[in-house]
Amino acid sequence: MARLHEYEGKGMLKAQGVHVPAGRAVATADEAEQVASELGGHVVLKVQAWITGRKDKGGIRFAKTPGEARKCAKDLLGMQFGNFPVEEVLVEQCLEIAHELFVSLTIDDAARTPMLLLDCAGGTGIEERAEEVARLAVSVSGGIDRDDVAAVLSRSDIPQESHPALLDAIDAIVETANVNEARSFEVNPLVVLRNGSVCAADCRVTIDDYAVFRHPELGIEIARELDHPATDLERIAYQLEQDDHRGTFYFAQLPTEGWESSKGLIGFHGAGGGGSMMSMDAVTNEGYTLANFCDTSGNPSAAKVYRAARVILAQQGLTGYFGSGSGVASQEQFHSAYGLAKAFNELGMSLPVVVRLGGNAEDRAVEILEDACEGLPGSVEGYRKDDTPAFCAARFTTLMDGTSGVSSDQLTRNVPQWVGGDAEAFPIEGGHVWIDREHCDAVLTAQMTQWSSGVLKDDGTGLPTIACDEQTAAKSDSEFIACEIECLRAGRPVLFVDLPIAGIDCPQGAN
Amino acid sequence: MAIIIDETKKVIVQGITGREGRARTRLMRAFGTNVVGGCTPGKGGQEVEGVGVHDTVAEVVAKAGGVDVSVVFVPARLVKGATIEAIEAGVKLVMLVPDRVPLWDAMRIAQCAAANDAEFIGPNTLGVISPGRAVIGMIGGRADSAKQWFNEPIPGRTVGVMSRSGGMSSSCGYYLSRAGLGISTICHVGGDPVLGLRFPEVALKFEDDPETDAIVLFGEIGGSMEERLADLCLTGRVTKPVIAYIGGKAAREGTRFSHAGAIIEGDRGTHAGKVKALAAAGATVVDGFGDLPEAACAALGVAVEAS
Repeated sequence: MARLHEYEGKGMLKAQGVHVPAGRAVATADEAEQVASELGGHVVLKVQAWITGRKDKGGIRFAKTPGEARKCAKDLLGMQFGNFPVEEVLVEQCLEIAHELFVSLTIDDAARTPMLLLDCAGGTGIEERAEEVARLAVSVSGGIDRDDVAAVLSRSDIPQESHPALLDAIDAIVETANVNEARSFEVNPLVVLRNGSVCAADCRVTIDDYAVFRHPELGIEIARELDHPATDLERIAYQLEQDDHRGTFYFAQLPTEGWESSKGLIGFHGAGGGGSMMSMDAVTNEGYTLANFCDTSGNPSAAKVYRAARVILAQQGLTGYFGSGSGVASQEQFHSAYGLAKAFNELGMSLPVVVRLGGNAEDRAVEILEDACEGLPGSVEGYRKDDTPAFCAARFTTLMDGTSGVSSDQLTRNVPQWVGGDAEAFPIEGGHVWIDREHCDAVLTAQMTQWSSGVLKDDGTGLPTIACDEQTAAKSDSEFIACEIECLRAGRPVLFVDLPIAGIDCPQGAN
Repeated sequence: MAIIIDETKKVIVQGITGREGRARTRLMRAFGTNVVGGCTPGKGGQEVEGVGVHDTVAEVVAKAGGVDVSVVFVPARLVKGATIEAIEAGVKLVMLVPDRVPLWDAMRIAQCAAANDAEFIGPNTLGVISPGRAVIGMIGGRADSAKQWFNEPIPGRTVGVMSRSGGMSSSCGYYLSRAGLGISTICHVGGDPVLGLRFPEVALKFEDDPETDAIVLFGEIGGSMEERLADLCLTGRVTKPVIAYIGGKAAREGTRFSHAGAIIEGDRGTHAGKVKALAAAGATVVDGFGDLPEAACAALGVAVEAS
């Protein structure tokens, strides 16, 4: 999920008319001193980090002078929470608080509506008072029922004069969540000040990942919840997914501390969330450490699976590759087999590979994968739906035990020598297709026509040419990958689909 | 009998001229689904797989003399509009196959469905299949595979399957069939936080289906639908045996960020909480996915028949 920082959430609230304390986020101690002097010296400094119990962890400091603020900011900017170093500190005016309320908008899966959680005693100890928190259903189109909220306020000890301002603020918080399509929006606390005015003292927002595309103004770089700052490879993978919506592609790197005492660091390639979890358990039970989670499912194209495999294998220090999903996939599995076979062949795969390809057309998928990878230095084995994840994991261990001295660090991408010379090339989305026409003939061209599902045809002289319009050809990356692998299997490698991955094979932004 | 879909239901496909819409129309028809039409705005008058294409749902409904189910295969950002169009045209059950439908769109769809007394399945569902009868969505893939994988109902040993994981819906159906059980219907409710039909609603349909003898579910951590199902068992609304596997026991903590809004859900949503609620309601909860077929046979009092 796309989490925002407190100051970003407060910016949203301000835009909807909710009062927030004066102040702004800074990245240096100098700026902190500057902001503090603008605010009259007496300020609170808060680390901008996705943690709970920020105060108890030392992430909040009070300063009475700009000089003190500078010192506090220096300390806070040197902190680290989990894998996240503190990069920003919010400097705000201090508040004179009379009452604190807990206000949280969540999505209720049973009611299928937003749900407002409201407690007039504030958020401290909220876990223990769960039963006392009011739960008010919110209309997805009409917002809060002001009478319901007023009833909750009237049962509190907050003076009546503040209720209208509180109602307006709560209404605006819900509206802020709506316009920004938040999955959760928490203001804890919403405060009534001694002077009777109402102000959002803290703010915690998560935007719905699936709606991020409608909110470019939020500047969310990677709409995904991770327990670490996004790695270069995660950014590369995320961009690949945005560029190709045929099926799902999810890639996240996992913590690998202590992997040296395990049986090895391996790449994981799942298919489907539920099946992937079970498969990860199976291979973890064999004693390996997973470097990553990856899921290609929902009928992904061969090109997508190829790119996923390349991203997985771009990780350092892997000694094996394990793939397994639900095992009874509705999608036709040979598309995945072609994508994997291409990645493994291009890299001259030396690591042991076990992939469970159970599902539709599994026999064909296993045959393609194993046959196309037969000459590679690493053993590549495919399995079917009647082979359990545990069986596949045990088989993987056997292959791993028989291999030594290999690492993904040694893998390099091999592009055929004839590519780039006088060979025929034409553009497709994300790259080029190269054909070595010198080594083609009429018989092979007829086969290539079939292997490419008719995207290629005989040009009349026995050589292959594009059979469809340029636009269709440009989208036929998977058909060309199928053709490339079948040519390889036939011992006639005359076609190469060049799909360089930005950030791995070429600079970001290039293709 | 079966639930949700059978060969008598009139089905249309929205987005029928797209890559998935076209392919799935062919596969659904091959399995026995009565696809009576499809629509894609601006493409009215075309034909896909022998099925007439119209510009709007209302046109297909008028032409077909009523439609029971619409299956939506349009890009995620267009799902809300397409679904509301179908509901307003009088379709009472809409299946939302696409992944990544924005959450607030799903809630607006739910509001529209409730106001029009309509139901929806998904978003992000692989589909629903009633072996021997019909399929909607993409579950099973090829018709010949689906026919081979999933047994038709067998008197006295037929289960209904519901799952939150798409791939595992097929897996459940396949391994239960391998153990010699019949399947009335497999329903993938979808993987998103806000869904149309959830476990409780699907379970009530299985409860009312004379052909279904027991209910098998593949649950997951998060949300509340396993607990709500347990409530139905406790109150006697669901009396058929329930056999469950809950995935995500080993899901690492810390990848999900917990804050007050989530914490005050108490133990709802956790693996332990779901297992406890279901077990207390009399359901059989298995620890390993591979144990489901045997547990289902035991709950039905029948022997495993390896096929």
